[in-house]
Amino acid sequence: MDIENLVKMANNIGQFFSAEPDINVATDGVADHLKRFWELRMRLAIIKHYQSGGAGLSDISKAAVAILAAEQEKLVNAGNG
Amino acid sequence: MAVRDCDLGTPASDSSKQVTLEIDGFRVTVPEGTSVMRAAASVGIQIPKLCATDSLEPFGSCRLCLVQVEGGRGLPASCTTPVAEGMKVCTQNDRLADVRRGVMELYISDHPLDCLTCSANGNCELQDMAGAVGLREVRYGYEGENHLKAEKDTSNPYFQFDPSKCIVCSRCVRACEEVQGTFALTIDGRGFDSKVSPGQNQDFMDSECVSCGACVQACPTATLMEKSVIDKGQPEHSVITTCAYCGVGCSFKAEMKGAEVVRMVPNKDGHANHGHSCVKGRFAFGYATHKDRITKPMIRQRITDPWKEVSWEEAISYAASEFKRIQAKYGRDSVGGLTSSRCTNEEAYLVQKLVRAAFGNNNVDTCARVCHSPTGYGLKQTLGESAGTQTFDSIRKSDVILVIGANPTDGHPVFGSAMKRRIREGARLIVADPRDIDLVRSPHVQADYHLKLRPGTNVALVNSLAHVVVTEGLANEAFALERCEPESFDKWKTFVSQERNSPEAMEETTGVSATLVREAARLFATGGNAAIYYGLGVTEHSQGSTTVIGIANLAMATGNVGREGVGVNPLRGQNNVQGSCDMGSFPHELPGYRHVSDSTTRRVFESVWGVTLESEPGLRIPNMFGAAMEGSFKGLYCEGEDIAQSDPDTQHVHAALRAMECVVVQDLFLNETAKFAHVFLPGASFLEKSGTFTNAERRISPVRRVMPPLAGYEDWEVTQLLSNALGYPMNYTHASEIMDEIASLVPTFTGVSFAKLDQLGSVQWPCNEQAPNGTPTMHVDAFVRGKGRFMLTEYVATPERTSGKFPLILTTGRILSQYNVGAQTRRTANSIWHSEDRLELHPHDAENRGINDGDWVGIKSRAGETVLRATVTERVQPGVVYTTFHFPESGANVITTDNSDWATNCPEYKVTAVQVTKVTGPSEWQRSYREFSEEQQGLLEQRTATVD
Repeated sequence: MDIENLVKMANNIGQFFSAEPDINVATDGVADHLKRFWELRMRLAIIKHYQSGGAGLSDISKAAVAILAAEQEKLVNAGNG
Repeated sequence: MAVRDCDLGTPASDSSKQVTLEIDGFRVTVPEGTSVMRAAASVGIQIPKLCATDSLEPFGSCRLCLVQVEGGRGLPASCTTPVAEGMKVCTQNDRLADVRRGVMELYISDHPLDCLTCSANGNCELQDMAGAVGLREVRYGYEGENHLKAEKDTSNPYFQFDPSKCIVCSRCVRACEEVQGTFALTIDGRGFDSKVSPGQNQDFMDSECVSCGACVQACPTATLMEKSVIDKGQPEHSVITTCAYCGVGCSFKAEMKGAEVVRMVPNKDGHANHGHSCVKGRFAFGYATHKDRITKPMIRQRITDPWKEVSWEEAISYAASEFKRIQAKYGRDSVGGLTSSRCTNEEAYLVQKLVRAAFGNNNVDTCARVCHSPTGYGLKQTLGESAGTQTFDSIRKSDVILVIGANPTDGHPVFGSAMKRRIREGARLIVADPRDIDLVRSPHVQADYHLKLRPGTNVALVNSLAHVVVTEGLANEAFALERCEPESFDKWKTFVSQERNSPEAMEETTGVSATLVREAARLFATGGNAAIYYGLGVTEHSQGSTTVIGIANLAMATGNVGREGVGVNPLRGQNNVQGSCDMGSFPHELPGYRHVSDSTTRRVFESVWGVTLESEPGLRIPNMFGAAMEGSFKGLYCEGEDIAQSDPDTQHVHAALRAMECVVVQDLFLNETAKFAHVFLPGASFLEKSGTFTNAERRISPVRRVMPPLAGYEDWEVTQLLSNALGYPMNYTHASEIMDEIASLVPTFTGVSFAKLDQLGSVQWPCNEQAPNGTPTMHVDAFVRGKGRFMLTEYVATPERTSGKFPLILTTGRILSQYNVGAQTRRTANSIWHSEDRLELHPHDAENRGINDGDWVGIKSRAGETVLRATVTERVQPGVVYTTFHFPESGANVITTDNSDWATNCPEYKVTAVQVTKVTGPSEWQRSYREFSEEQQGLLEQRTATVD
C-alpha cells in the first residue's frame, strides 16, 4: 500500500473529526472510522508506519492509529491477530 | 399487453369532495373539478375529442367534444366544463352529431387522404374520430386552399414533422410547455395560416427542442411521428419496463413487433415519470442491437494477445480457474468484484454474494464509490438511512427548492421538468452552482437566488446558510429538540454560530455575496416547505460527505424532514445507484446497509448462504488499484462498469489494471476496461433481462425482458455460472427467486416480490409488514436512527489549490444527450447533439490566452494533460473551466487527481487545478491512448472463433 496516500487519507479523516471539541471523542471518531471502513492490510500498513514514527500523521490521526495499534497488539497476544 | 392506452381526456382532479351527476342517464360520482369528458370516460362513455388528452390541461379548441347540458345554454365543450352536482349531460343526439360531423368535415377537407399508407394507420385519433362521428362525405371538396404540400421537417434523427397532417390542435405545443417546460413550440400565424412552429420558424434541430418526445406522444395524427414507426410500422404488443439511464427510473412501454422494439413510450401510469421522458430513455435504445455488441465469450492469456472466442463453458471455466489460481498463490484477499449501477438489483446482489461467499472476502465495490458514496455515509450518520427522504411527486408541495450541485434539466431531465413545473406554479428557487445551469434562467423559470460559488467551497456555503438560520433565530427549535439529539443540536448551533462561519467571513472563500447568502437562508428557513435537491456537485469533493451532512443538518434545523414537500433528496446519477448500494455492494456493508462486523447480521446471511462470512471490511475501488500496484490484488470480476474511463487519474487506473493477472469484464461492448481484460463475458441490455431497478426515491420498479438475450444469458445467470464454477453453488431459475432471497434477508425489503410489483407497478422501500405498500416519505414521526444527529462540519479547503502554474479550476459534469461514459449513448444518434467533449471557459480567460471558440486547447493538471476543443461561454465564471467526460479519447480523467472524499474515497472530480493553453495537436496521453485503443481493436478483429 502507498503509505503516503494512506497517511493523507488518515489525516483527511482526522481533519473532519477535529471539529469535535472533545479531543477524546474526536480521536475515537477517527479510530472508529478506520476500523469500520479500512481494509485490514490498509490498517496494518498504517499501524506499521505509526510504529516506525508515524511521519506525516497529524496529531489526532496518530492518536487514533495508536488506538488501533494497541487493539491489534491485544489481538496478536490473544492469538487472533 | 395492448399498445394503446385508455385516454380519459383531461387530467384527474385531486379534490376529496365528490360530485354526482348524470351522463346519458347513468349516475356518475367523481371528484369535484373533474371535467364532464373525464367523468363520462370513467364510466366508459367516450365523447369524441381531438385537442384533449389526459396528460394536458383542457384547451377547448377542436369543438368535437361538445355536449348538451340540461338547462344550460349552447353546446359546451366537455373537456373544459367541470362537473356539477345534479348536472344532467347528454353526449349523443342528432344535434351534437351534426355539429361534430361538420367539424370533422372541415378537418378532413385539409388533410391528406392517404390513410392506408400513413404511418399512423391503425393508431390515429383523427381516423378514429372520423369513424366515431360517422363522417361519410366532405361537402367542401378537397380542391380549396390547403396545407397538403407543406414541407416535412426531418431534421430530428428520431422523429419527423409533417405539417400537411397537422390539425393545429396545439397538443404538441401544450405538451412542450406543460409537460416538458421548454416552450420550444408555438402556433405561428392566425386563422388558416396558423401552424406549429419550432422556435422562430426553425427546423426542430435548430430550435430549443430537447427531443423529449412529449410532442410526438401528444400528437393525435401522424404529424409528429417516430421515424422507427415510419420505418417499421405500428407495434403490435407492449411490455412495461424501466429505463436504464438516469436515477429518475422512468417507466416505459416497450412497444414491440415480435422481439423487436419499435419505440419506447413513457408509461402514463409510471410513478416516477407520469408519462414523461427524455431524449435518452425515449429514443436512445438502439445501442442494444448495435453492431459493436459482443455476443460470444472471449478469453486471452495476456492483454497483448488476440482474443479467442470460446464457449460459455470454456470462458467460465477459465475465469474460475484463474481466480482460484490467484487466490492459491497470492491469498484469499487478492481478488474482488465490482457490481454495477447499470445492472439490476438481483444482479448486484448476486455479484456481491459471489464475492462474499465464493471468493470469501469483502472486496466488492460499485460505481457509487465514485458518485454517491458520500450520500450513503452522510445520510446514514445523520438521519439513519442511506437514502433520499421523499418521492419525486413531493416537489408538488414544495414552496422553496434549493438545488445544490445538481443540474436536473441535463442530468435528471424528467424530474427537471417536474421541478420547472412547480417553479412556474410559484415555488421559489435557490440554485447553488458554479455555473449558470439552465435552471438559473430558462423560459418561465428564474432562480430567486443563484449562489455562484467557487468549486470546492460547498461546506463553507452550507455552514454560512446554517449560520444565518441559527443566529437570526430562524431554526425550528421545536422540531429539532423533539426529533433530534438535543446535545448534538446545541453543539452544532454553537459551531455554526461562530463568526468564522458567517456569510461575511466565508464570502472571500465561496465568492458569494454575504447579502445573497443571508437572503437565501432566510427564504429557505421561512418560505414554507423547503426541499433540498443535490447531486454530484456535492458528493464528488474531498469534503463530499461533509456537505451531505451539512445538508442534513440544515434540513433538520429548519424542520424540513418527515412530510411531503420537504426533505433531503440526492439525485442519483445512474439508474440503479440506489439499488446497487441497497444490495450490499459496498465492501463494509451487507445488503440492507448493515456493517460486516455485525455478527448478528452475519449469522443471518451465513445461515442462508451456508458459508462463514468475513467480518473485516474489504477494499474499495481506489484501494483495489492501490493494492494492485503494490502487488497484493491480482484478479477482478467487473460487471457492467467501465472503471478505465470513469475513474479518476486514468494513468494510475490503467497501470493498476495492467498489474492484474486476471481481469474479467462482463459488458455489452469491448469498453475501455475490457481492453485490459483477459476474459470477456457478454452482458445483456436491460431489454434482455428480468429484474428490478431502484431509483433515487427508493422506488423499486420492474425490469422486464422484452427480447431474448443476444448472447444467450441474462447477467445474473452468468454470475451464477461463474459462482458454480468457483465451487459455490447457486441454483436460481428466475430473477424473482433472487428477489425472494433478498426479501428474506433485508428488513426493508421483506414485502417486496415480483408479484407485488406486478400488482402495484412499483414500490418504495421500506416495504415490509409495517409498510406493505411501501414508504413514500421517510422519517415521518421519527428518524430511522431514532433521534436525528447533528454533526459538526468544519470547512477544510481542498488540497487541490490553484497556483501560478495551474491558475484555473476545472470542474466536470454531464450533458442531456449523453450518459455517463457514453458507452450506450455514443452508439445512438444522440451524438448528433454532442459529438465530442468540449472545454467551456469564460471569455476573459479565453482572451487572456488568445483562445477562440473552437480552438484546440491543452488542459494540464498536476496529474496529466489532455486536449479538447474550446467553447467560450459565460456559463462558467472567470477562473473556472468545465468539461464533460462522455468520450474516452477526451481523457477528462487523465487530468483529474487522486484526491478523494475523506470518508468514502469518492473522487474529487469537481476540483482540479489546471492551466489551459492553445495547442495544435493531441496530448501525449491521447496519442498513446489512440495507439493502445487501435491495437486492442485490432486484437478484437483478429479474434479467432472456436465455437459457432
